Amino acid sequence: MEASKVIHAIYTDDDVLMNAVKKVKAERHHIEEIYTPFPVHGLDKAMGLAPTRIAIASFMYGCVGLTVAIVMMNFIMIEDWPQNIGGKPSFSYIENMPAFVPIMFELTVFFAAHLMVITFYLRSRMWPFKKAENPDPRTTDDHFLMEIAVHNNENELTDLLKETGAVEINLIDKAH
Amino acid sequence: MEYKISNRLKMASIILIILGLIGVGYGFATSHKSLDDVKKMIALEEAGHHGGGHETTTDAHTVANDHGTSHAEESHGEGSHADAKEHHDDKHAKHVQHQLENRPWSALYVAAFFFFMIALGVLAFYAVQFASQAGWSPVLFRVMEAITAYVLPGALIVLGIAVASHYIGHNNIFIWMDPDLTNPDSDKYDALVDGKSGFLNMTGFIIRGLVFIAGWSLYRHFARKFSIAQDNATDNRNFKKSFRIAAGFLVFYIYTESMMSWDWIMSVDPHWFSTLFGWYVFASMFVSGITVIAMITMYLKSRGHLPFVNDSHLHDLAKFMFGISIFWTYLWFSQFMLIWYSNIPEEVTYFVTRFQDYQLPFLGMVVMNFVFPLLVLMNSDYKRIPWFVVMAGIVILCGHYIDVFNMIMPATVGDRWFIGIPEIGSICLFAGLFLFIVFTALTKAPLLAKRNPFIKESEHFHY
Repeated sequence: MEASKVIHAIYTDDDVLMNAVKKVKAERHHIEEIYTPFPVHGLDKAMGLAPTRIAIASFMYGCVGLTVAIVMMNFIMIEDWPQNIGGKPSFSYIENMPAFVPIMFELTVFFAAHLMVITFYLRSRMWPFKKAENPDPRTTDDHFLMEIAVHNNENELTDLLKETGAVEINLIDKAH
Repeated sequence: MEYKISNRLKMASIILIILGLIGVGYGFATSHKSLDDVKKMIALEEAGHHGGGHETTTDAHTVANDHGTSHAEESHGEGSHADAKEHHDDKHAKHVQHQLENRPWSALYVAAFFFFMIALGVLAFYAVQFASQAGWSPVLFRVMEAITAYVLPGALIVLGIAVASHYIGHNNIFIWMDPDLTNPDSDKYDALVDGKSGFLNMTGFIIRGLVFIAGWSLYRHFARKFSIAQDNATDNRNFKKSFRIAAGFLVFYIYTESMMSWDWIMSVDPHWFSTLFGWYVFASMFVSGITVIAMITMYLKSRGHLPFVNDSHLHDLAKFMFGISIFWTYLWFSQFMLIWYSNIPEEVTYFVTRFQDYQLPFLGMVVMNFVFPLLVLMNSDYKRIPWFVVMAGIVILCGHYIDVFNMIMPATVGDRWFIGIPEIGSICLFAGLFLFIVFTALTKAPLLAKRNPFIKESEHFHY
């Protein structure tokens, strides 16, 4: 499925890269991936990537956190070991609820934040001790790399990329 | 780009003012009831209560009601015989009679404060844009400037009503204005209010009010002047001046806004105090102000007057509505939880009254100001749909009106509250005045601050 040969075009400026992406997309070439040293605003839209669903996931994680907080405080403070704090020994969840609101808030944020980060790592296929997929270490510093699949059109592509302001164009054979 | 107020809008605001005046007049005309009428009313209500099995509520409210300071301090002895009972009934009827008289005053005051706080909130928001040199918002500056035109008249009206309630009325809003409370020889003498009389006295109240209003209006005057002068300038001198006074104003504002909230709102319950009250009122005025900016912007855009405003600007305003709604909830809950938890009698009466007599508006407001904006404005796509933001905005504005209602009414009318003709009339009156002043101010300058150094960035603002 994946093309065996790819072109790596390297840019040194995010604005130039953005314009290049738009041009390459306009010529109907498929951009496999772009490596950047920092998040480039609007790049995902320009590349035509599907919108992220992390917000939906985060909302659901938040709901899980809220539920855990409610159930947990009910178990700890009402069922398992009822305590008289601040002269409020009512043993009723609803009457003591205001005291649990900060915990509900914190656990909602905690679950949403941590699970969202973990989801992001998993979706990006990153885990501890994984070898970096980054094709060129300069993209962690000040260079931008665009990877385009080649289907016997390297000359045409090379010309196009040169025109868009790429400072370096390399043909890479992935099939070894 | 010059805006001309449409005749329909002008007519609508004038009709609102007239309707409002009729409603307010009706409220004042019918508020005075003779003691016998009040007694009959109470007897009728008690009969109804007994039928409904709510025997205890009337008793509870007389004890919990903070406004009846002198009333509550009186001992209702357990072994009261017929005489004392009758005396108590008289006292209670007088108290209720006073509450009924307070209602039109309070209704007027709540609505006046609500519309004034929108304008002051917008003024603070406007100053923040300058102080932070925000790049997204300059296309909205003329809308904000127009709304802040209401700060001066609105604030004078609020202060005017407060002062008139002492000199013309019978201390109908602020119980501490009653000179008997600080007179040791009077049987209404209240040591706590007397102890605070160094701050809470008529002279100080008026002087402080005038200082606040002068400060806010001066900033507004010069900010507007520099903004218009910048339109035809060749350099950024006016912008820089505006930046400097904005920073100075924000310092002045955060102190005076807090003190204003003690003076104009918190002192209706002179025994009660809360240290974060200023912040709480600030959150309310900030979110109401931003909501009104969004609504007026959308109105003008729908009429084709603001072609340079795009849906990213709307998106940002809606984000602020969402964020500040949550900020408001945070402060509301912080104030509530600490008082609820520590359960100190002189503090907790504030919330006891609200839970007993104001359960629907008090909890309904949390739904309108928190749950509703949270769920409706969370999705980022919805923040770009004008009618969606308008819907959310209407609910937020109603919620914050009720917020002000809950701050004032329990202290002045106790459980005799209702949102009826005096309240709706007052809202109409000030809504009409607000619309008239704001839209007249909009006609006074081009709708685009064209020479603002950030105007290009703002026009191209894209999320």
